[in-house]
Amino acid sequence: MSAPATPIAAPDIRTGVDVAPGRARPRGRAWDSLVEGWLRGHTFLIYLFLYIPIVVVVVFSFNGTSRRVAQWEGFSLRWYDSVLHDTVVQGALYNSFRVAFATAILSTVFGTMAALGLQRAPRWFRAPFEALTFVSIIVPEIVIALSTLVFYSTSFDVVHSILGIRWRLGYETIVGAHALFNISLVMLLVRARLSGMDRTHVEASFDLYGTPWRTFWQITFPQLLPAIVAGFLLSFTFSFDDYVITYFVSGAGTTTLPLYVFSTIRKGVTPATNAVAAVMLLITLSILVVGQFLVWRNARRSGQRGAQASVAGMITEQSGG
Amino acid sequence: MLPASAWYLILLVAPLLIVVVMSFGTKSRFGGYEPAFILDNYADALDPNRVSPFITSLALAVSGTLLCLLAALPIAYFIATRGGSRKSLLIVLLIVPFWTSFLIRTYAWLTILGPDGLGGIIGGIIGEPSFRILGTPAAVLLGVVYGYLPLMVFPIYVTMERMDRTLIEASKDLGANRWATFRQVTLPITSTGLITGSILVFIPLMGEYVVPAILGYGRVFLIGNQLVLQFLESRNWPEGAARAVVLIVIMLVSVVFYLWFVNRGRRTREVSVL
Repeated sequence: MSAPATPIAAPDIRTGVDVAPGRARPRGRAWDSLVEGWLRGHTFLIYLFLYIPIVVVVVFSFNGTSRRVAQWEGFSLRWYDSVLHDTVVQGALYNSFRVAFATAILSTVFGTMAALGLQRAPRWFRAPFEALTFVSIIVPEIVIALSTLVFYSTSFDVVHSILGIRWRLGYETIVGAHALFNISLVMLLVRARLSGMDRTHVEASFDLYGTPWRTFWQITFPQLLPAIVAGFLLSFTFSFDDYVITYFVSGAGTTTLPLYVFSTIRKGVTPATNAVAAVMLLITLSILVVGQFLVWRNARRSGQRGAQASVAGMITEQSGG
Repeated sequence: MLPASAWYLILLVAPLLIVVVMSFGTKSRFGGYEPAFILDNYADALDPNRVSPFITSLALAVSGTLLCLLAALPIAYFIATRGGSRKSLLIVLLIVPFWTSFLIRTYAWLTILGPDGLGGIIGGIIGEPSFRILGTPAAVLLGVVYGYLPLMVFPIYVTMERMDRTLIEASKDLGANRWATFRQVTLPITSTGLITGSILVFIPLMGEYVVPAILGYGRVFLIGNQLVLQFLESRNWPEGAARAVVLIVIMLVSVVFYLWFVNRGRRTREVSVL
C-alpha cells in the first residue's frame, strides 16, 4: 500500500495543535505499512518453519531410493510395504497403543475425579495438592524419568527381599510414570471447565430431588464432556509419543514406537524410518481430528460456539490462565 | 481425588525424596546403591572441571528462551489483533505440530540440515565441503526453538486476546504512535503471558535430552545427556542423583530470580504459570 501524497498535517483549526503524530504524516503511513508487512511476513515464515519438517518426513517416506534418504529417486510405497510387514514395528506399534490406551483411561478417570473432589476439598488439602500438580507438570521429563526409575528399582528390591518376588520394569511401570503428568493435565482441563460451568442446573436438579449420582451423570458429566474428551486424547497422544520417560522405565519386550524410531535414527535415518514416522503422525493426527469432531458435535447440541468449543481452544486457554 | 493424591505421593514425592537421599550415598561394588552420608557426589557435580554440562544447558536454555520470545511476540500479536475470523484456524495450525511427536519433528531436521540438505548447500556456497550444521550448538538451538515455540506463543496470545482493546484506542487518541502504544500499553498488560511463556520454555530446555542427542550427535553435551549416561549407561546412580538435585536447584533459583526480577517495582505480584 503506497502512501498518498497528502500535505504535512496542518494544525487543527479549532485547537491549534498538530493532529496525532504518526498517523497523518506520509512518513508515518509508509512506516505503518512496513510494520504490517513485517508482521505478516514473520507470521507466515513461522508457520512455514513449523510445518516444513513434518512435510519433509512425509514426502521422503515415499522416496523410492534404497540408499540416501535425502536424494529423491521417484515415488514409491515400498517402504510402507516393508515396515508394515516388519514384525518388530508391529510389536512396537502394539506396545505403544497398549501403553497409551491404559495411560489415557487411567489419567482421564483419576484426573476427572480429582478435579471434582477438589471443589469441596478443605483449604489445607487443596494448597499442597495444587502445588504437587504444578510440580508434576513443570518438572522436566528427565527428572520424572530418572526419579521414577530409581523409585521402581528401590521398591522392587524391597519387595524382593520381603516377599521373594522379583518385579520387573514393563507396561505397568511405563503407564504409572506416564499417568503422573497426564492426571495433572486432565485435572487442569476439567477444572477449567468446572469453573466456567453454570451451577444453576445442578441446583435445579437437587431441588427436583435428583440424587447426587443422577445429577452427576445427567447434568455435570455432559457439561464436562468436552474437557474430558480433550483430556483423554491429549493423554493418549502424549503417552503414545513419549520418548524420555519410556526410555528410562521400559523393560525388555516393551519397546514402544518412539523407542524403535530413536534406535533406528542412531543407525542413520532411512526412508523406512520416515515411513514409520509418517504412520505415527497419521495416528496422532487422526486422534486430533476425531476428538475435534466429538467436541464440536457436543458443542452444537449444547449451543456453544467459537474457540471454547475446540480442543485447541481449551489447551490455549489453559496455557494462559 | 484420592487416587490422584496417591499417584503424586507414590510417583512424585517419594521418588524425588529417594533421589535426594541417594545423592548422599555411594555406589556399591555391583553398581547399585549403598546408604551413606557423604558429599562426594556434590563435590564431583560442582567440580569446576566437570560443571560444563550445567553451563552449556544454562546457556542453551537462556538463549533458546530469548529466541522463542522474539519469534513468538510478533506472531501472537498478529493473531490476536489481525486474526479476525481466522483466529481459531491460526491457533489450531499452531497446535497441530505441537501435538505431533517431538521425536519425529526433531529428527526431521537431520534431513533438512544434513549434507544433502542445507548443510551441504551452505558448504558449497562458502566453498568449504567439510562445513556441517549438525553436531553444532547452532543445530541444537534451532531444534529446541522449533520444538518449544508453541509453548511460548499460547500464553502470550491468550493475554493479548483478553486485553481490553479500547486501551489501544485511548493511547492512540492521546497521541501515542504505534511503537509507544505497544511498548507502554500492550507489553505491560501482556507481561503475564510473557513470563508464563518464558518459564514454560526455560524449564524443559534445562533438562532437554532428545534434541542434543539427535541434532547435536551427543557432541553438544547437556546435563540431560549426562543424566542419561549416569543412570542408564555407567549406572552410577548416586552421582547422577546429585546432578539431578543440582539441576532442580538451578531451575528453582532461576525461576524465583526471574520472577523477582520482572516483578520488581510492581505492586501486584502475579505468579501465575498455569
